[in-house]
Amino acid sequence: MSLTTDEGSSPTPPLLFASRRRRLLVGRRGVIASALSSVVILGVIVAVFWLAPGGATVRYFFFNPHLMWQAFVGNPRRGLSSVGWGLVTNLWMFVVSEVLVLIFGLVIAWVRLSQSPVLFPFRVLATMYTDVFRGVPILLVIFMVGFGLPELNIGFLSTQSPAVYGCAALTITYSAYVAEVYRAGVFSVAHGQLLAARSLGLTHTATMRRVILPQAVRTVIPPLLNDLISLQKDTALVSVLGVIEATRAAQIYGSTVFNFSGYTVAAILFLLLTIPMTRFTDHLVARDRTRRLAGV
Amino acid sequence: MEVVLELTDVVKRFGENEVLSGVSLSLHRHEVVCLIGASGSGKSTLLRCANLLETIDAGSISLFGQCLEDERIDPDLVRRHIGMVFQSFNLFPHLSVLDNILIGPVHALKRRKSEARDDALALLDRIGLTDRAHDYPDRLSGGQQQRVAIVRSLAMRPALLLLDEVTSALDPTLVGEVLDLLTDLAHQGTTMLIATHEMNFARDVAKQVVYLDAGVLVEQGTPEEIFTNPQHESTRSFLERVR
Repeated sequence: MSLTTDEGSSPTPPLLFASRRRRLLVGRRGVIASALSSVVILGVIVAVFWLAPGGATVRYFFFNPHLMWQAFVGNPRRGLSSVGWGLVTNLWMFVVSEVLVLIFGLVIAWVRLSQSPVLFPFRVLATMYTDVFRGVPILLVIFMVGFGLPELNIGFLSTQSPAVYGCAALTITYSAYVAEVYRAGVFSVAHGQLLAARSLGLTHTATMRRVILPQAVRTVIPPLLNDLISLQKDTALVSVLGVIEATRAAQIYGSTVFNFSGYTVAAILFLLLTIPMTRFTDHLVARDRTRRLAGV
Repeated sequence: MEVVLELTDVVKRFGENEVLSGVSLSLHRHEVVCLIGASGSGKSTLLRCANLLETIDAGSISLFGQCLEDERIDPDLVRRHIGMVFQSFNLFPHLSVLDNILIGPVHALKRRKSEARDDALALLDRIGLTDRAHDYPDRLSGGQQQRVAIVRSLAMRPALLLLDEVTSALDPTLVGEVLDLLTDLAHQGTTMLIATHEMNFARDVAKQVVYLDAGVLVEQGTPEEIFTNPQHESTRSFLERVR
């Protein structure tokens, strides 16, 4: 093989047009092709559910419009909790734990990244904390906090409502995840930034606060939102403590009228909450990507 | 002339690999010393050891006669007296040019922002970038960024500057503006320890030139001695290769 380009070896220049098959999928034809494939795929999915041997049963038990509406609004006279009202409980539990998680996670990450010898025992504790609570299933943490703390009989710590214990358990577990996200963000900042800041005589704390964290925030936001979406859904788990939130309300409704349409309502409501957040996360990721490609 | 920085038999290892094998060197006030040598010869490591970004394994380094290995030394205080400029600029991308220059004086020296700002603007004026004060670093050319990085370290009013191959990452057309600034600083008596591959520049500004090879200080002398009459075979062959 000689180390030259291929010039002159062929009498005719190479052809640069796409094959007929690939040309079907470019330009306006591409739009038609994607619309067509969407219709077909959706059609197949709907048909499978509709025509399945038990299709009618599933439609009755899960997608009964009348019962779905009833489950949504509830009926106090018949002792039926409203799934819609239940979701309000999910919502406030989510907001409270979200704020606490963002703060507490940052504190843990800060301690783990600290260098002061005085903080050594805290560093060990923080490391153990993240190890333990990333490893223990959240359901067990909810049980332990929700049933354990009231038994301890220590003043106001033992007299809270189950929903508060639920928030505490969610905060404990998710802070461990979020602390790791923050830490990964710090490590994602180029090492030269740390060197430059320290050579200016900035202390470790000032370097973190003025140079590293502001840059880490950018990389951290998408994975952070990801964890928050997950937290939003996991508020449903607090129902095991007897908190009547959306899923629990759906369950009560279901066992009273022997129909699962309430679950479908709960699922739709959760989706309505999380979809804006997932779209927003994707939007941020895409924007960051374009910026990076543009070198801004 | 007063000795600012003094290295005595400095040894630095990364694991098994000895990067500096007993290097001794002194830098006097208002003096420029250039470190030359192939990549990996230990130039950068030497600079990093000098401002405590790396710890040394043997020997000693002293600044103003105070041994830096002493336990009572505060590394942050040491670094406030030593400016460092990197090959890759390392400007802070989330801060404007002006804030890059201000961060040291304001947050390390705790100077009042208003008065530090006047100094920073004067420094920017000196490199002709006053109109870029509020731009972010990525809007500047490599040469402009590196000049801002130099000025950023000068804003700390350091006793000496360490420069680590500051033109190596630059487009050849932008090298000149950075070297001109450094030549300027040299003429005004700035104390500098410069690791460089620019031999003509070293010849022009250096009082002393130091040739390092594989962590060993092979030869040291005036530019005249090193460039026109090198004593060692390895110096000769290095200079022939870079010419």
